[in-house]
Amino acid sequence: MTTADILLFALGAVAVGAGLLVVSTRHLVRAGLWLVVALGAVAGLYLVLAAELVAWVQVLLYLGAVVVLLLFAVMLTRAPIGTSYDLDRPGWPAVLVGGGAGLGLAALLVHAYRWSTVDLPEPGNAERLGAQLFRTWVLPFEVLSVLLLAALVGAIVISRPDIGKGR
Amino acid sequence: MHPVIPYVTAALLFGLGVYGVLRRRNAVLLLMAVELMLNAVNLVLVTADATVRAVLPATGQVFALFVIVLAAAEVGVGLAIVLQLYRLRESIAVDQVPLTERADDPAPDRAEPHEAVAGVA
Repeated sequence: MTTADILLFALGAVAVGAGLLVVSTRHLVRAGLWLVVALGAVAGLYLVLAAELVAWVQVLLYLGAVVVLLLFAVMLTRAPIGTSYDLDRPGWPAVLVGGGAGLGLAALLVHAYRWSTVDLPEPGNAERLGAQLFRTWVLPFEVLSVLLLAALVGAIVISRPDIGKGR
Repeated sequence: MHPVIPYVTAALLFGLGVYGVLRRRNAVLLLMAVELMLNAVNLVLVTADATVRAVLPATGQVFALFVIVLAAAEVGVGLAIVLQLYRLRESIAVDQVPLTERADDPAPDRAEPHEAVAGVA
């Protein structure tokens, strides 16, 4: 067990524990706050795995933007403060499918990788990633920018009921 | 570094996301569970990038960035739909959305003030 292993194990345990609380807590706002913990732990995993740019993009976009949007939505839909007991559907099919998917995938990956050891890549800067992004993957990158514009326009059209009525 | 640790973490996070999507009634909580699933996929991509020596370097990280952008777009449009649903129905429980509009459904009456506002505008 090296330092990286211990860090990966601890951060993974934090991520899974916080994820369990996200899907099981009875407080709407607390679910969003536990989501912050889970996504932050995943960002820490990215840092250990030498993906620094992805880690900071995760912090900026997920923790900064997505979670704030979700908390805004919780408030705009007038969520009750405190415990609410009508958040869940009957659980057995969800336990079966979710547990089957999670544990099945985990067993598959454990079977594939056993306890093999890999050297971590050098912790570098964003230069290699940027070169790949803007040379090999530049066409998907541009397509993604068009998709973001389409999502922006779509969100505006959906949220304004006076658009598209034919007047 | 043992790659099995982040891989198993990602698998468990994905399972939790699937459980949340199937279990939760509130649409915002459902979107949070979807975010957990997307993060599990990102974790697999980044771990594979760190462990597999591919021909093109950093491909897994590039794809993780793409998935993050897709998640941002998804949550934007998804929350717009959820808020519109709340405006029309006063509820965002996903198992109470009727698939067809009926004449005796009270929901169109609730939608009428917005029609009036739109008419004034």
